[in-house]
Amino acid sequence: MSEKGIHIEEHRDDEASKLGMWLFIFTELLLFGGLFLVYSIYRWQYPVNFHEASLELSVTIGVINTIVLLFSSMTIAMALTAIQKNNKKLALRLIAVTLLMALIFLINKYFEWGHKFEHGLYPGSDLMALLERGHLLYFSLYFFMTGLHALHIIVGMILLIIAYFKVKKDSVNSDRFVFLENGALYWHLVDLIWIFLFPLMYLIT
Amino acid sequence: MDHNKTHITEYKVLAKILLLLIFCTFLTISITSFNLAAFTVTIALLIAGVKGFLVLSYFMHLKYESLLLRILVGSIFLLFIIIVLITFIDYSFR
Repeated sequence: MSEKGIHIEEHRDDEASKLGMWLFIFTELLLFGGLFLVYSIYRWQYPVNFHEASLELSVTIGVINTIVLLFSSMTIAMALTAIQKNNKKLALRLIAVTLLMALIFLINKYFEWGHKFEHGLYPGSDLMALLERGHLLYFSLYFFMTGLHALHIIVGMILLIIAYFKVKKDSVNSDRFVFLENGALYWHLVDLIWIFLFPLMYLIT
Repeated sequence: MDHNKTHITEYKVLAKILLLLIFCTFLTISITSFNLAAFTVTIALLIAGVKGFLVLSYFMHLKYESLLLRILVGSIFLLFIIIVLITFIDYSFR
């Protein structure tokens, strides 16, 4: 509103922003979908090797990380509810909890991977070259898929940190919250991918 | 503009969905501890599908989104299933 009372229409379309985010999520789903396709073909060709190799993973760490991610997914959805209800303080706290959960997930992943690295099991290592073909394929897919997933966790954290400061500065508020909504959508995508990664990587019989 | 028409998901609903998701996780673990051959992976994937549906519907608010968006999301999953089927048919008959 100018001093003369001329109303300046703000250029903004939340629906379109959200649709754009969804289109991006579709590309992400197909990216991981391609990897799941490769995984399922090789698992079908080397069922015994995949089972043996999966025994190397700790189901306990997998379960902890699953619950951590599911919980963080709820807290970020709650953060959006809080901002929509104009409860800024609660929204900030919930985003902070989500970020903490993301950090716990990454720390777990660090120990999980670190343990394998200590045993000489990492992409390009001498040990990997000596493995049977099915084992090699399993571990290559394991490192690539969980690695790409962890990368998405880091990107999601960056988005949520930006959202945190936007909420703090009131540029994300109960009237315009599409940035937080899209950030939350991205975070749920990360959770969604893990929902399929966990049983396929850790629980092979 | 209809900014205020957005559906607000209550905290309680979100908490219930989380409990359901955790329950499904433990269900998957207990089922995969038995060896039911080919059924194990099918059941594990079915439960994962249910979990995915819950996340999409409630956490990602698809339940309250426009029909267009819901159809779009559904088609992506359908497309993926078709790609998997075609690939497996190809590999089976080589």
